[in-house]
Amino acid sequence: MSERIAQVDVRRLLPRLVVGLLVAGALLYIVVLANPSPEVGGNWRTTTFGSAFDDWRSFARTLLNGLTFAGLLFIVASGFSLIFGLMRVVNMAHGSFYLLGGYIAYEVQQKMTGSGYTIAGVDVNTWEWVFPALVAVAVIGAVGLVVQQFFLRWNQGQELRQALITIAISVIIADQVIAHFNGGLASSVTWPGWTNRLVTLPLLGIDYSLARLIVLLLGLAVGLGLWLWLYRTRTGMVIRAGVDDRQMTSALGVNIQLTFAIAFVVGSSLAAFGGAVGASQGAVAPGQDGQWLLNSLVVVIIGGLGSLLGAAAGSLLYGLVFSFSAVYLPTAGNNCCTQYSIVFTFVLLALVLAFRPQGLFGRFS
Amino acid sequence: MTSDPKVITERVIGIGALVLAVAGPAIFNAYWVDVILTQALIVGIAAASMIFLAAYGGMISLAQTMLMGTAGFMIGNMVTTRAGGESKGLTLGWDPTLALVLALVGTTLLGLLFGALAARSTGIYFLMITLTLSVVGFYFVGQVTVVSGFSGIAGINQYTPPFIGDIVNDRNRLYYIALGVAVVVYVLIRFLIRTPFGLALQGLRDEPVRMSSLGYAVPVHRMLAFGLSAFLAALAGVLLVWWQGQIAPGDIGLQSTIDLLIVAVIGGLTRIEGAWVGALAFIVINNYVRDSWLTDLLDTLRIGGSFNTIIGLVFLVIVIVSPDGLMGAWDRVWGLAGRGRKPDEPTVTAIPAGEKV
Repeated sequence: MSERIAQVDVRRLLPRLVVGLLVAGALLYIVVLANPSPEVGGNWRTTTFGSAFDDWRSFARTLLNGLTFAGLLFIVASGFSLIFGLMRVVNMAHGSFYLLGGYIAYEVQQKMTGSGYTIAGVDVNTWEWVFPALVAVAVIGAVGLVVQQFFLRWNQGQELRQALITIAISVIIADQVIAHFNGGLASSVTWPGWTNRLVTLPLLGIDYSLARLIVLLLGLAVGLGLWLWLYRTRTGMVIRAGVDDRQMTSALGVNIQLTFAIAFVVGSSLAAFGGAVGASQGAVAPGQDGQWLLNSLVVVIIGGLGSLLGAAAGSLLYGLVFSFSAVYLPTAGNNCCTQYSIVFTFVLLALVLAFRPQGLFGRFS
Repeated sequence: MTSDPKVITERVIGIGALVLAVAGPAIFNAYWVDVILTQALIVGIAAASMIFLAAYGGMISLAQTMLMGTAGFMIGNMVTTRAGGESKGLTLGWDPTLALVLALVGTTLLGLLFGALAARSTGIYFLMITLTLSVVGFYFVGQVTVVSGFSGIAGINQYTPPFIGDIVNDRNRLYYIALGVAVVVYVLIRFLIRTPFGLALQGLRDEPVRMSSLGYAVPVHRMLAFGLSAFLAALAGVLLVWWQGQIAPGDIGLQSTIDLLIVAVIGGLTRIEGAWVGALAFIVINNYVRDSWLTDLLDTLRIGGSFNTIIGLVFLVIVIVSPDGLMGAWDRVWGLAGRGRKPDEPTVTAIPAGEKV
């Protein structure tokens, strides 16, 4: 009997051992093995600054870059996950909502400040950032409501058809954005002036951009808000019940259609809010709709569809892998300009799919 | 033989289309043969690889464009030489016949790997995972500059195996090669679905739990089917680089992935024939509606936008009105006609799913 238990344990342990060894190897590489460029004495140029052991501050900065990117990932992907978890709709237009939201925020901010292409940060006050973001959130929420009511309500349960419908909508939105917003050029929303400075972080002892820290804070705020909404209000309770058993919930007399509409509006709005934040952090440009659809898909495949905790875990893992593989891998010589982060994104996905196809916190329906 | 008028009509149309295709270069002008028909045959093969998985395996794969491009990139990296101009990629300069074999085998192996990763999921999960793998592939060739870089690899079709010959100047030769491959792919799929493997595949499309209880290894069957579809996509990819001479990350981007899905949906995801019907329809629309009265109409309506808005709207209407595409509409017309004439005969739904006449 005890022999049998031991056998089962080994089978369960092995995949974890493999993953654990890979993670340990990556950590070892980052902390000790990574080399600086030959000019500084290394033999194989991997980073510009060497391992975490050599240069702790650059390591801390890379870590913070990963965390702040994860904050933005979470804002966008949690909306995608919410919609899927409740309605089983894979909203292929989620990236388009992100893109459209970013461009709307840009246009509104341009109108408010009345400046040209580049607005100096000092000319923007907090309200002139918050209001454009709110407009984007409201408009995309309305767009989401229209899409859900007119295109997705009458064919519930036909998952593939709904995915195809949202793909068609994303094709139309992508083309319309090029036609109507800033000639399809890359556009940036400007952060309020007071965020445009470096703060010294007490524990890590480094200077870091305040704006990026705000992205992380916004991600945490969205997470906290979603948690309070889902776990502390009646609507949230109904949504969680709907995620677990849709038919039973509606049989209990809950107006599930209203819940669906609310969830779709909130999910779409989160994409738009992410778009406004993303456009402030970098820029929005045509083609990013596909990129953010990929980001949302990667996060929810890693974390598990329809799980808030899963979206957070997926965002963290993806953000950190993305950030570290971009800095700690060889880019010199023959490999000039190569970015390996996509290879590691694939490895991360493959590991999760191989060992836990439903995602880290997902359940099979 | 059958006496079903629908099957007889379809066979007559099919043979007529084949005769017309063989006589193509004598009937159509050079532009039509080279640009419209050859492209439709190649895109049709890629769409057939997608429809094969959808119709008989119940899996909608969005990785087919990426697998097709993989074969193209592999050939491009292997055959081109640095002497042939400023070609990007690895410029290995290998023998084209060897490169052809390696590209087909390599893409099939990649398909088996993807199949192993995706095969435990079904339905919408499968679609999402294959889409993700596809976009990862796009960023891979875009960001890992040694294998392609953003501008891609050019001048690939100067290097063809001896039995293919010169396809840069003799475009009709390429047309007939594409036609031959398309016919072989069609016959191969029709043959495969009658083999024990094909029947098992259709069984696990309809009743995966029951098939698993009967002792069939469901994920292995799905993985093998995916590998096979990757091989078919690789054939299309090889023909594609021979046809356009170059391959770039844009050829496997999200836009191209969606285009292939639109082709398959326009044709109909339930029948293999739909692949070429959809490809021809899509490419003709793509060629003749661009920059014409329809986009002018969009401007007068103050909607704005380009050809893609129209494609998106057409796709939206098709998905809403007839999700089975043109072939589905065709089947339904016959169903209506048949029911009107002989009300006492069993309807089409009496035939068990998956059984083809």
